[in-house]
Amino acid sequence: MSGPLLSVRDLTVTLPTARGPAMAVRGLDFDLAKGETLGIVGESGCGKSMTALALMGLLPEGAQAGGSVALGGENLLAASEKRLCDLRGNRLGMIFQEPMTSLNPLHRIGDQIAEPLLLHTDLSRRQARERAVDLLGRVGIPNPRSRLDAYPHQLSGGQRQRVMIAMALACDPDILIADEPTTALDVTIQGQILDLIRDLVEASGMALILISHDLGVIAETVDRVLVMYAGRAVEAGPVHEVFADLSHPYARGLFAAMPRLAAGGAYPRPPLPTIPGIVPDLHDLGPACAFADRCSLAEARCRAEPPPPVSSGSGSHWAACWRTEDARALPIGGAA
Amino acid sequence: MSETAAFFRRALRHRSFVAGGLLTALVLGMALLSLIWTPYVATALNIRHRLALPSATHWLGTDALGRDVLSLILAGAQNSIMVAVVSVGIGLLLGSLLGFLAAARRGWIEELVMRFADFTYAFPAILSAIMFAAILGPNALNSIIAIAIYNIPIFARVVRAAANSVWARDFILAARAAGKGAFRITIEHVLPNILSVIVVQATIQFALAILAEAALSYLGLGTQPPTPSWGRMLNEAQSYVFRAPLLAVWPGIAIAMAVLGLNLLGDGLRDLTDPRLARRR
Amino acid sequence: MPFFLIKRFATLLATLWATSVIVFLVLEILPGDPALLVLGIDASDEQLAAFREQYGLTRPVLERYADWLAHLLTGDFGISYAYKSPVWPLIADRLTLTYPLAILAMLLTVVLALGLGIYAAARHNRPGDLVVMGISQLGISIPNFWFGLLLILLFAVNLGWLSAGGFAGWADGPGPALLGLILPSLSLATVQAAILARITRSSVLEVLGEDFVRTARAKGLGRRAVLWRHVLRNALIPVITVIGLQFGNLLAGAIVVEQVFSLPGLGRLIFQAISNRDIEVVKAAVVLLAFTVVLVNFVVDVLYAVIDPRLKMHDV
Repeated sequence: MSGPLLSVRDLTVTLPTARGPAMAVRGLDFDLAKGETLGIVGESGCGKSMTALALMGLLPEGAQAGGSVALGGENLLAASEKRLCDLRGNRLGMIFQEPMTSLNPLHRIGDQIAEPLLLHTDLSRRQARERAVDLLGRVGIPNPRSRLDAYPHQLSGGQRQRVMIAMALACDPDILIADEPTTALDVTIQGQILDLIRDLVEASGMALILISHDLGVIAETVDRVLVMYAGRAVEAGPVHEVFADLSHPYARGLFAAMPRLAAGGAYPRPPLPTIPGIVPDLHDLGPACAFADRCSLAEARCRAEPPPPVSSGSGSHWAACWRTEDARALPIGGAA
Repeated sequence: MSETAAFFRRALRHRSFVAGGLLTALVLGMALLSLIWTPYVATALNIRHRLALPSATHWLGTDALGRDVLSLILAGAQNSIMVAVVSVGIGLLLGSLLGFLAAARRGWIEELVMRFADFTYAFPAILSAIMFAAILGPNALNSIIAIAIYNIPIFARVVRAAANSVWARDFILAARAAGKGAFRITIEHVLPNILSVIVVQATIQFALAILAEAALSYLGLGTQPPTPSWGRMLNEAQSYVFRAPLLAVWPGIAIAMAVLGLNLLGDGLRDLTDPRLARRR
Repeated sequence: MPFFLIKRFATLLATLWATSVIVFLVLEILPGDPALLVLGIDASDEQLAAFREQYGLTRPVLERYADWLAHLLTGDFGISYAYKSPVWPLIADRLTLTYPLAILAMLLTVVLALGLGIYAAARHNRPGDLVVMGISQLGISIPNFWFGLLLILLFAVNLGWLSAGGFAGWADGPGPALLGLILPSLSLATVQAAILARITRSSVLEVLGEDFVRTARAKGLGRRAVLWRHVLRNALIPVITVIGLQFGNLLAGAIVVEQVFSLPGLGRLIFQAISNRDIEVVKAAVVLLAFTVVLVNFVVDVLYAVIDPRLKMHDV
């Protein structure tokens, strides 16, 4: 099969609110090749979770998706609910942020893992159960057979997220979508879960879309990164190129705001730099740069015309900003 | 001031609040009107005109003893409201006291109050009314006592839960640090903060009390003749259900109007006073 | 045995005991001399004394309570003043009507309420939902005995399909008996079903918003399958508590509705006993009704443990 596995073009998501429709995603384009790993990063409310839900066809009630999401040439946004049910859990797997509440408290975890198998494959109940043991082993649950009949409340948060992963992997999906999979976990567990996801992706050759607000998580896990702000992609490219040469003022600010364990860890630590201002109101955004009101480099042009994508490096790294040159001179990690 | 104005502006746009308010006002108006005027003397018998159909002289007809049904319905509102106000009032007062006490003292007092509240589900209002009627004889006072007793644990539970959440807040800590006692804190800080919860619950309980009073009067355990009472009217209408079916309709409509009005009003008040919902609107 | 059940069983015993104390105290301590009430003011002192002696009224209250409780535990509910015969057979006879009536009403309530509540939740904010909610708002606001009267007006007076009351008994099989219970149980169930439907609806809506529902959808389950396989069991947990509490209302309501349909149930017996001042019968009937309510709520709590595995974990 030629062409990308997943091709997203001009994706928009409109949410109904008390004050009228709000555009949570405003014209997003990206491709995902077979086996490729993509990270989507941004503040909460930037539209990254809505993007993930739009791919799954699981947007909240009343939300509207526009543009196209093509999986192997088939536009998912135009697909019937029945067709989407065939794809979900089968070719598209998804893991969510809250492992504590994402599992049904009243069902045994073995049954919850077997559910997609019974739904999408011809396996018998017994075979699905065997497969569930296998999956629990693969996601690193000790004594998988004995845990099959456990209920979610008998597992720790990390173990529950492993069960979620096992469930998403049950039918060997083409794409795994992980929405903040480690945010709700202890720091020590976070690393283990990320390692597990990376290893499983590598072993199975599936593609990964990892959504996070944490640049560190993205840097460790994916090949390519896409930075979102107010529903738009502001910078994208291969992860090492982007991180080596952050070209959008927002991306630089995001990086600066990331807590790090500085070598030699000076105490008291200097206060974390923050990005001034607040996330813009999604109700009344024009085509111009949405970050202009918070940007120290903003000029008249930024508020008038949409910024063009400016390429740099190998050519696959770009940033949507009139002043990428000046942006690269902004300090990172120091005071803003 | 502007906050009060904003509340009323929101209230006037709230459909069930407005509908409930109008119905409740109508029933209250009926009771007040009957204090000064009814088409006929409500208890006046007129055997010659018994079981009359609705007409220009008797808008809702007359009952088996020739009493004017409209007058009885209007006067019956008085009785329903009186029993509901007194019984819910007693239940509210004693129940809230227990609830405040439980929240302020915690420990075994709270445990005792809550066990008591849990236990009372075994005695629906009708069952306690039966016990009182068995020993004291049936009368309106017994139905008031029975409904009041039924209400005590309900208010105790609601007030305790709401008061506990207030006690957990920071400004209480500040008040305690300033040396204020549990009694003063309850009066000055807890009560004003949970007043809306109590008002909402009281509205719902009024509705239930009107239903309970009607049931007890219907059974003959509550209001006794000749005092006009909706439940009693239904009891008397039952013997004539084949000859004068409408007699069994009017009092029921009156009860349903009063209860529906209070229920809608309570729902509306809850929406309007819930800070989480208020922000969303 | 799970710890939860042991604890709940202890509470059950304590509640039953407290119930017996309250009923006994209210009916014994409060003023009124049963001998005088039963025999009337014309009775001679000897007659009164003989009556008190016969029914053991001369002994101290505590002793009489202990005696009453001990007999209660063996199923002996005392002797009726009015009928001069044991209370239990009198009551047992009436229970063959009142219990089936309450149970039938409970079944109707649950079927109506779950059906309507789930339907309304599934059609959230659409016309079907609004209609169901409007009807239930009305249903909550009408007295059950009045609804019974309206049913009589419609089915007995206007249509003539069913009789306005009476009970054929179980002697000729369940058919005629159930026929007599249709309208009474319907009038009992309608009001309670209106309440329960609202609770079911909001519970289902709440569970529909849970994260695990999204997980189930992400597995590829359709809306309907998610509702049946994942939402309902979770949504039923609060609904079941309310069902337990409603049983008390239904039993108390049955006593009222029996009057509407002239049914010879426990209600009739109680009202006759009240006018006869037959305290022993009232005491036995009230304590039996209260015990039934307490026991049903115990069963409901045990059902919890079956539905919710989180309660079972604390094994001793």
